[in-house]
Amino acid sequence: MNRTMDILFHNITRFFALFVLIVLIALFFVLFSEAKPAIDAFGLQFVTNSKWAPNMDIFGGYPAIYGSIVSTVIAMIIATPVAVGIAIFLSELAPPWLAATVGMAIELLAAIPSIIYGMWGLFYLAPLLRDIWGGNGLGLATAGVVLSIMILPFMAAITRDAMKTTPSILKESAYGMGATRWEVLKDVVIPYVKSGIIGSIILALGRAIGETMAVTFVMGNAHKIPNSIFKPATSIPVTLANEFTEADTDLYYSSLFYLALILLIISFTVIAIAKFWFLRNLQEQKI
Amino acid sequence: MPTICDVTHEHIIDVKNFSFYYAGVDTPNLKKINMPIGKGAVTALIGPSGCGKTTLLRCFNRMHDLYPGNRYEGEILFDGHNILDKNEDLIKLRTRIGMIFQKPTPFPMSIFDNVAYGLRLQGLKNKNELSDRVEQALKDAALWKEVGSRLKSPGTALSGGQQQRLCIARAIAVEPEVLLFDEPTSALDPISTQAIEELITKLKEKVTIIIVTHNMQQAARVSDYTAFMYLGDLIELGVTEELFITPKEEMTEQYITGKFG
Repeated sequence: MNRTMDILFHNITRFFALFVLIVLIALFFVLFSEAKPAIDAFGLQFVTNSKWAPNMDIFGGYPAIYGSIVSTVIAMIIATPVAVGIAIFLSELAPPWLAATVGMAIELLAAIPSIIYGMWGLFYLAPLLRDIWGGNGLGLATAGVVLSIMILPFMAAITRDAMKTTPSILKESAYGMGATRWEVLKDVVIPYVKSGIIGSIILALGRAIGETMAVTFVMGNAHKIPNSIFKPATSIPVTLANEFTEADTDLYYSSLFYLALILLIISFTVIAIAKFWFLRNLQEQKI
Repeated sequence: MPTICDVTHEHIIDVKNFSFYYAGVDTPNLKKINMPIGKGAVTALIGPSGCGKTTLLRCFNRMHDLYPGNRYEGEILFDGHNILDKNEDLIKLRTRIGMIFQKPTPFPMSIFDNVAYGLRLQGLKNKNELSDRVEQALKDAALWKEVGSRLKSPGTALSGGQQQRLCIARAIAVEPEVLLFDEPTSALDPISTQAIEELITKLKEKVTIIIVTHNMQQAARVSDYTAFMYLGDLIELGVTEELFITPKEEMTEQYITGKFG
């Protein structure tokens, strides 16, 4: 009897685990089959063509892909140094009570729904930035700033967790040599967790690139390559969120699926690199 | 009252009425310890788990200061000067009293940079002098023959025993006066253990050694003096041969004959 239960339990849990895999494959398959007409019509040139003219049934994904990548890069440039700084303070310098309090606050910030960042971006940040760099305040730069603020807590939290994997005995040996806190950090902690930090940053990048709600309001929705990062643009998720309701032809509809497929592949690649390359190394080098 | 033998060596360290409290704990983890450490001798600290031997060892270089709330009481005189003083320069203290840990702890850098680490911290920049000192330290740590030709490879690429000797080389490169060993062979195989033990015996010509071990045979093999501790008390400090053959305290005898532990 016990044995039957054991086998049953084993099989049920295995089914649930495999179900995730099935959903993933099904998802990919649906995206691919819906995108098929656009893939047949435009091929890989879809990626480099910057003309998006629904009235002529011509679709090029370049402006959206460009917007996604550039806004993400801007976000990473702003967020990375701040997040690493926060992580260093929390894991190495702050007294325990402060590290716990600030750490908790950061984890709560990471849980704020992204639409709230989007609203804040549109109603508060965009007018502010409009006064600083002109235009209407919407565009890649604004989206980059909103994204950077949105991913900052997540990036800081996982970078801190990566830094905490430094064995205390390793830090103690550096202190035991007469090193100062700064020297221990620079010579031991950062080199030791380098790949973990890079992996954490790339994971945050994967989040930023697929982000929809935080940037939809502030991107400006212009299907062209802007000549300045302060001008309106678009990104893959923004295009998808805005245009499915307008997709009146099959090719239009299919082109949106093509974009979605490209986004999935980009996110997948980014997260795979982070998880299987950088973060795996981190586990192997534990003392 | 504990039985304390006559330490005929000059006293480099004198522990006086010393108690230690971990953060947030009202009862002391070490209770009014009095203990001399002989200069140029090997002193072994033995006792069952939780007796405070590692806690005591980590007081000599004030390692406990890394974690807030820990508290010292009494005195630890090193060269006649109380190292528990609030204004003690811990960085300088730790270059004079080095430490080797339970597991090898090579830094994520090359073999050369590992050994040169402490020297560079002290501001030594001259390349010739650095490489001379690194070579000497590796020779003293009986590692030069094995790694002399590949100083640029990472320290983590060495075997466990070699890594531990690398850590010893790194510690002795700055020419400390005292070396603290915290169960240095607990993660090593018997052959590497033997190499470390031989090294300890050789090193005491230059440096005073205090070693924590839970291996009584090891204490008997390498040390001149042995201190038996139990539940935060020093029970007996004796000349090693005498302590293992004719212990003065009943509790020491019970421990070394395996009646508890």
